[in-house]
Amino acid sequence: MDAKELIARRVAQEVKAGTLVNLGIGLPSLVANYVPADRGVFFQAENGVIGLGARPPEGMEDDHLTDAGGGFVTAVPGAASIDSAMSFGLIRGGHLDMTVLGGLQVDESGHLANWKVPGKMVPGMGGAMDLVTGAARVIVAMQHAAKGQSKIVPVCTLPLTALRRVDLVVTDLAVIEPTGVGLVLRERAPGISVETIRAATEATLVIPDTVPEMILT
Amino acid sequence: MKGLKPEAAAELIGEGASLMIGGFMAVGSPHRMIDAIVARGVGGLTVIANDTAMPGRGIGKLISAGLVRHVIASHIGLNPETQAKMIAGEITCDLVPQGTLIERIRAGGMGLGGILTPTGLGTEVEDGKQVIEVEGRRYLLETPLKADFALIGAWQADYIGNLSYMLTAHNFNPIIALAGRTVIAEAENIVPVGVIAPDAVKTPGVLVDHLLIRAS
Repeated sequence: MDAKELIARRVAQEVKAGTLVNLGIGLPSLVANYVPADRGVFFQAENGVIGLGARPPEGMEDDHLTDAGGGFVTAVPGAASIDSAMSFGLIRGGHLDMTVLGGLQVDESGHLANWKVPGKMVPGMGGAMDLVTGAARVIVAMQHAAKGQSKIVPVCTLPLTALRRVDLVVTDLAVIEPTGVGLVLRERAPGISVETIRAATEATLVIPDTVPEMILT
Repeated sequence: MKGLKPEAAAELIGEGASLMIGGFMAVGSPHRMIDAIVARGVGGLTVIANDTAMPGRGIGKLISAGLVRHVIASHIGLNPETQAKMIAGEITCDLVPQGTLIERIRAGGMGLGGILTPTGLGTEVEDGKQVIEVEGRRYLLETPLKADFALIGAWQADYIGNLSYMLTAHNFNPIIALAGRTVIAEAENIVPVGVIAPDAVKTPGVLVDHLLIRAS
């Protein structure tokens, strides 16, 4: 199992039945592949659909039905199309049960930076700031390190996405829960030791007596 | 309502005008209108939109043609030309959180003096803005946005300018229809009055000043 699939499978376990969920583009969008259809989850794409479905069959794509990354999608039975004010009303107004976003850095306060690398990458925040501010639950799905550098840091050096403490961080090495007393190591990836995680993490982790392995179904 | 050819509609737009343009990554953008503006070559424009699409598509065509001086958008990451022109100083860019951008436009169109939002608190977005506390919670004051023109991409229009939209092509369109001083709509289908049921009208025709005639 590659790192992205491992992360997506673990995050999928956090998706509760009957909820409204927004998945960011890239790695987070893979989560939908591991959420069973009978869980009754509606996925929102912030460009304007509740009830996002999988890619349409080859040759059946329609220009009027895309996800927030501009990719062709379908809509599931019961879907609704909405304008951007309604879409962000859902997000900011506390109607969105969960969002899964990628990250550049998460720090010991649980702050997320994921929209800008000054001088290098200035794409704009899109919907990320509203999502982190407004969603009932925020999960960060990202690789533990990039180019050998830990993405879990004492204090974010990149511009913050919001002041809100994110609820869970799932990486290819670990599941980490930001809390009032710091970053608590909740689970290890299969075959990964606590020591390996500690060595790969620039931030200080709170390590409970037992840290179980992720159970990936 | 008398229909306009795209080139006649583009003639209404002067040098330095501000344009709100519907579309999300070019989905739901008024494509014939954009082509007519590019053909006219009117420059110094301010574009207010969710994004600048990608090179060669939708709003990206205005960027490529060098007609845009200022952009107010939530995301320019999928158009490297916008970023390159920003770095070269040819374009200035205000990046605004998407939910804040649409609400600033809504405020402009609906006669409100601004909006209070928690989005952006404690980030770069807060810089220079007033923080207001209401019932114990802090919010940023974000000011309303209006524009000289709103350019709308619709699915159906009837002869008096009632508009409906399809699926994810709604996006900014129904909201900018209130915030442009002159509203120009382009529809993929033009149907007799009454075909769009009253409950399906998302933009009432009274808001629309000009409707492009059908594509030939």
